[in-house]
Amino acid sequence: MASSQEPTSDITPEGAEIVEEQRRPAYAAEPPQSSHPQPGSLPNAVRDAAVAAAVALVLAGPIIGLRTESAIGGLSLTQNWPTVAIIVAVVFFGRLLLNLTLWRPGSQALSGVGSIISRAGGKQLAALASSNTLYIGIVALILAFALPFLPFANRYIMDQAIVILTYIMLGWGLNIVVGLAGLLDLGYVAFYAVGAYSFALLAQNFELGFWVCLPMAGILAACWGMVLGFPVLRLRGDYLAIVTLAFGEIIRVVLLNWYEVTNGPDGISGIPRPTLFGIEFTRGEGGFADIFGLEYSPLQRIIYLYYIILILALVTNFVTLRLRRLPIGRAWEALREDEIACRSLGINTTNTKLTAFACGAFFGGLAGSFFATRQGFISPESFTALESFIILAAVVLGGLGSQIGIVVAVIFLNTIFELRGLQEYRMLIVGLSMVLIMVWRPRGLVSTRTPSVALKKRRAISGDLVGEGHG
Amino acid sequence: MSRWEDDPILTVEHLTMRFGGLVAIADLSFRVGRGDITALIGPNGAGKTTVFNCVTGFYKPTAGRIAMSTRGKDARPQLDAVTGSAGRASTGRDLFLLERMPDYEIAHHARVARTFQNIRLFGGMTVLENLMVAQHHMLMTASRFSIAGVFNLKSFRDGRDKAMKLAEYWLERIDLTDRADDPAADLPYGAQRRLEIARAMCTNPLLLCLDEPAAGLNPRESAELNGLLRFIRDEHGISILLIEHDMGVVMEISDHIVVLDYGEKIADGAAEAVRTDPRVIAAYLGVEDEEMDAASQGAGETG
Repeated sequence: MASSQEPTSDITPEGAEIVEEQRRPAYAAEPPQSSHPQPGSLPNAVRDAAVAAAVALVLAGPIIGLRTESAIGGLSLTQNWPTVAIIVAVVFFGRLLLNLTLWRPGSQALSGVGSIISRAGGKQLAALASSNTLYIGIVALILAFALPFLPFANRYIMDQAIVILTYIMLGWGLNIVVGLAGLLDLGYVAFYAVGAYSFALLAQNFELGFWVCLPMAGILAACWGMVLGFPVLRLRGDYLAIVTLAFGEIIRVVLLNWYEVTNGPDGISGIPRPTLFGIEFTRGEGGFADIFGLEYSPLQRIIYLYYIILILALVTNFVTLRLRRLPIGRAWEALREDEIACRSLGINTTNTKLTAFACGAFFGGLAGSFFATRQGFISPESFTALESFIILAAVVLGGLGSQIGIVVAVIFLNTIFELRGLQEYRMLIVGLSMVLIMVWRPRGLVSTRTPSVALKKRRAISGDLVGEGHG
Repeated sequence: MSRWEDDPILTVEHLTMRFGGLVAIADLSFRVGRGDITALIGPNGAGKTTVFNCVTGFYKPTAGRIAMSTRGKDARPQLDAVTGSAGRASTGRDLFLLERMPDYEIAHHARVARTFQNIRLFGGMTVLENLMVAQHHMLMTASRFSIAGVFNLKSFRDGRDKAMKLAEYWLERIDLTDRADDPAADLPYGAQRRLEIARAMCTNPLLLCLDEPAAGLNPRESAELNGLLRFIRDEHGISILLIEHDMGVVMEISDHIVVLDYGEKIADGAAEAVRTDPRVIAAYLGVEDEEMDAASQGAGETG
């Protein structure tokens, strides 16, 4: 047996590698975009349009053409054929027009909005995000710091900016768990709630200031992250998601029913406002405006809050970016890629997951205590599962693991939520736009991954290759 | 006396692994010599990968002892003392009972590294990152559990530079320096195999377990692999335990071959002795029943 198979080291199949190289670009190319009929010629286009018109006729005939109306002695049938004719004509000519222009083989505009988002927009965003991150970051940073002094900054804008920054911070915190470690956490709001309530209770019962309570609230939330982590982390994927969802709800229900401590559904009010080295933002003697010789304005406190959350968010971003380049961050990402391989390299996967949960929870807790101090009042109402979903939606929409993608996604989501004219339709629009983005850019707005270390040049990695994590 | 008898790095004794009613490994004992390339061969389904999973802690064996002696000669009394103590898995740093340890500790403390039959690279991470992840513990210590790392202190920078040097060394060795910044999933198959071996080497192991490293390689790549494995053995003094179907690789580089069939050891010895063993030939090629009986008798007499 073995003797018949001599080592054949002298055979060097020169072609093998070349074929491999040629195959690669084909494999790397984008998959075929859409499967529209390819009406190359006019007759084909007309035939296709006629079929579409026939379908429209079959559908529109009974639905629009015939209409029942209650009349004396029962129902009567009203006929409305002109409308049907118009609809069928619109379908026929519209389809014909599309066949002859946009859907023509070789046409640049392949499938309208989809191609614009997925090709131009996506590529640009990805390219911008990967190659010019530094410049974008610096410009955004300058804008963010200058915002309160820009001429259009009024109370409404500042409030919105604070809300956006809070969600960005939450998104960045959750990004550690979901984007880097690949653990699907549907109960992130629980840590937000723990942070907010820790802050409120500490501040009220022990009369500690904002800057003392803030880290304590974060650490308490991180502890809760660990407490949740221990029983949960043996679960994977969908099961992990369900249990974290349940955990989020448990926290909310406990807050709702533990009347003696949390004051139940009535919530906690009178949470102290943050002070600037002991100076309060109040009118009159000893207030911020008085000491600095300014005219009192309620906006001063808002601007101060804005800077607090801006700095908290930037700290979150800085720490996350640093952690990514440290062994722990790399272990998180490796865990997302392949847990078994991690274990074979001696990485304690349970501890690694716990640190991810704790880090995410810590920043969630900080954001929670900021929320409490800004509102001055918290109740379990603010920590529903919907909040978790919105934060998760921002992370997924922005692109798992991408810091700048989350910023874009949060601003996008917040803009839709704030479209006052569309009050009743806004959830519909949120849902629809998420479906559209997920169809055209399944890996989120920024789908590329930037390597944490490079020998020569950092090149972005296509999202197709990056694992999503399975628990 | 052969090296695996005299100075084994790994001693597997009476290893048994049952999955429900199926006995995957039955009372298997063998030794891996320090500084040897030991091949574990056998027909499909013989239980080779199960042995690997037991050694590296991915399975907990039903019965048996797997002792890893990281330093010096096998110390029998020491081994028995540890085995007798309930729950203890090691005597400090020399001796480890692998069946009592979780998989990640086997890799970290007992310094046993492994690769997988179906390659398990971190596909979305670059080649270099794969090698950096493997140096997790060294870097964790250097980064003082991330605290020095967050502030980018000198201790961390030094550790990082050291890790980069080791990674570059292995990149050079497996001929992937030019592709260091490409995602691992983009590499051709043969390069992925080499990268997985290099990644295992970056954990600074004493025993390297390779599960079919030559599977799917063309003859030239197989020959390169032989060179790489010899280099690891000769230059780094690492013992290698490998599962392989490619007899060209096995016969050329192995110092010692263990043959499994249906979870039992049917032959154990130097390449030449195993190659001519009638039971091995029978297991691989299949024989008539009468011949088989004759073969087992013959083996009984010689062995």
